[in-house]
Amino acid sequence: MTSEGGAAPILSVRDLKTHFFQDEGTVRAVDGASFDVPRRKTLGIVGESGCGKSVTARSILRIVERPGRIVGGSILLRRDAGNGQAGGVDLAGLDPAGYEMRQIRGGDIGLIFQEPMTSFSPVHTVGNQIIETIQLHQNVSVEAARLKATEMLHLVGIPKPERRLDEYAFQLSGGLRQRAMIAMALSCGPRILIADEPTTALDVTTQAQILDLLRHLQDREGMTIILITHNLGVVAEMCDEVVVMYLGRVVEQGPVDAIFHAPKHPYTKALLRSIPSIQATVRTELPTIAGSIPHPYNRPSGCPFHPRCPDFMPGTCDRSEPSLRPVDDNQGVSCFLYHPA
Amino acid sequence: MESSVRLLDVKGLRKFFPIRKGFLKREVGQVRAVDDVSFHVEKGETLSLVGESGCGKTTTARCILRAITPTSGQTLFRGQDGSVVDVASLPKSQLRPLRRQMQMIFQDPFSSLNPRRTLFDIVAEPLVANEVGTRQERVERVAELLRLVGLRPEYMRRYPHAFSGGQRQRIGIARALALNPSLIVADEPVSALDVSVQAQILNLMLRLQAQLDLTYLFVAHDLSVVKHVSDRVAVMYVGKIVEMTETQRLFTAPRHPYTEALLSAVPKPDPRLRAHRIVLEGEVADAANPPSGCYFHPRCRYAVDACRQETPRLEEIEPGHFVSCHRARELTLRGVGQ
Repeated sequence: MTSEGGAAPILSVRDLKTHFFQDEGTVRAVDGASFDVPRRKTLGIVGESGCGKSVTARSILRIVERPGRIVGGSILLRRDAGNGQAGGVDLAGLDPAGYEMRQIRGGDIGLIFQEPMTSFSPVHTVGNQIIETIQLHQNVSVEAARLKATEMLHLVGIPKPERRLDEYAFQLSGGLRQRAMIAMALSCGPRILIADEPTTALDVTTQAQILDLLRHLQDREGMTIILITHNLGVVAEMCDEVVVMYLGRVVEQGPVDAIFHAPKHPYTKALLRSIPSIQATVRTELPTIAGSIPHPYNRPSGCPFHPRCPDFMPGTCDRSEPSLRPVDDNQGVSCFLYHPA
Repeated sequence: MESSVRLLDVKGLRKFFPIRKGFLKREVGQVRAVDDVSFHVEKGETLSLVGESGCGKTTTARCILRAITPTSGQTLFRGQDGSVVDVASLPKSQLRPLRRQMQMIFQDPFSSLNPRRTLFDIVAEPLVANEVGTRQERVERVAELLRLVGLRPEYMRRYPHAFSGGQRQRIGIARALALNPSLIVADEPVSALDVSVQAQILNLMLRLQAQLDLTYLFVAHDLSVVKHVSDRVAVMYVGKIVEMTETQRLFTAPRHPYTEALLSAVPKPDPRLRAHRIVLEGEVADAANPPSGCYFHPRCRYAVDACRQETPRLEEIEPGHFVSCHRARELTLRGVGQ
């Protein structure tokens, strides 16, 4: 499960727990998630709604909103490239509003959201928002920042960037808005880009353009990308490594080829079978996963997937929780089928 | 195909929305949301309208239901008594009996159910509105409908908030089926659902179709979903149908460059198939100010001079295969394998 090639992963999440304390009870949105993000690769985090994938991303950036908070675990960011013994920083231990975290957020780690319309302020021009970001992280003049912003818009393929800089987000189409969002996230040269459902609100042809752009920028800048999505097609096309989440836990992690061609966890297998494929035969019934995702207040005991699992073992799966353990050098799975309790 | 019955026959459907500006709200232009669309749907089949946002697929569906009144064109609907009426030109007062026979399933199961009403109220609403049955009969009918869509009849007294997205979509389907309609218009019925739930709803729709002899007009943007449910597919671009044929043929041997690009853009859930994709440049044309000639020519990699000048017509190039492209007969385009 350690990333190949010996290089230390750029980010290591260990036993992360982010809980939301509400009057009705506690929602354990992320409940003991562990995974590594290999350097200069694309890691996909997949899962259905409520699996905790977005909260994981927000925990990494320390922007979890109240009543949520990180109650346990560590998020180790290795800041110095290459030399192995570099200084790491545990993001989970930082003050979310403190100077260091503010430097990391936007500086070391950039973020792009699902809905670019709500991520831009409607009362400031796109240019002003990008310039503000640049000046927050770099000590440059407005003119230099403006030049940099124009350059960034050009880099992400926005035509006539000088003019677009003075427009508002609502004047841009969905595809252009998402490009502007990417330009803003990349303006301070982050080494990690977290993309939370970056193409979900877009049409397929626009989605293809944005995915191409992300790939191209990764090659050029040598970025690490954490791609959060529910679309397994996007994962198959973009990612090197995949983390599958279910109800706040990582159920499987491995290289993309292994996840799609040799999945181990019953949930991963069922999820892959149930997706409608463009390659399928016309008008056929799809295999389904029995039941639906449990309500967050009624988390099942033991393995969270056991009530829907075809390989449920009474007395084991409903009693104790499995942990993520390696099945081979690269792939790990959290299931008693592979690691008897 | 000859012997089958046409349940719906749409001829030259147009819907233009005016663009008004200024203090006097003068009309300064038109958005040609649906522009000369013709197709038919046979009894018991599923026709899908696919395309990107703004292509006019939802407007077409709404015109057919007369949720909005089309600018021109005919939508001939064959009623359950065998008579054929033009829904597009019918006076509003005569629409009600027809509305019982065509029902809609909505995209968002969270906003399409009234949170203050119980499941019984929601599903029985069409029965109440059309004065069908006594209260006891309605209770029995609702129970039957809930069983039909895979929900327990005991849930009748509960409110929608107690149900998940997939269950809510089942409630929406039960409501649509309440009056035994013959045509169901489903507008993106699974796009708001999780993958594992999507499959359950698609299977349910297929099963109900066989069981109740339903005809579906399916509006979707997701081509993989479309492939799972449709007999035939019509691809729309900027208010026009650019290609229409049987599902299998459309996916394996598309004849319009836009269809080819759409198929190529869908991410395939298999990392070994990371092929070279056709990435379309630019953006969808503006329906208020479309380009000259073929609307797709600015983004088409096969465009020639004729495409810039003449607007192509939708022609039947093989039996049952309609394409609107000047070069449809000469091009060899790439589909998706099995």
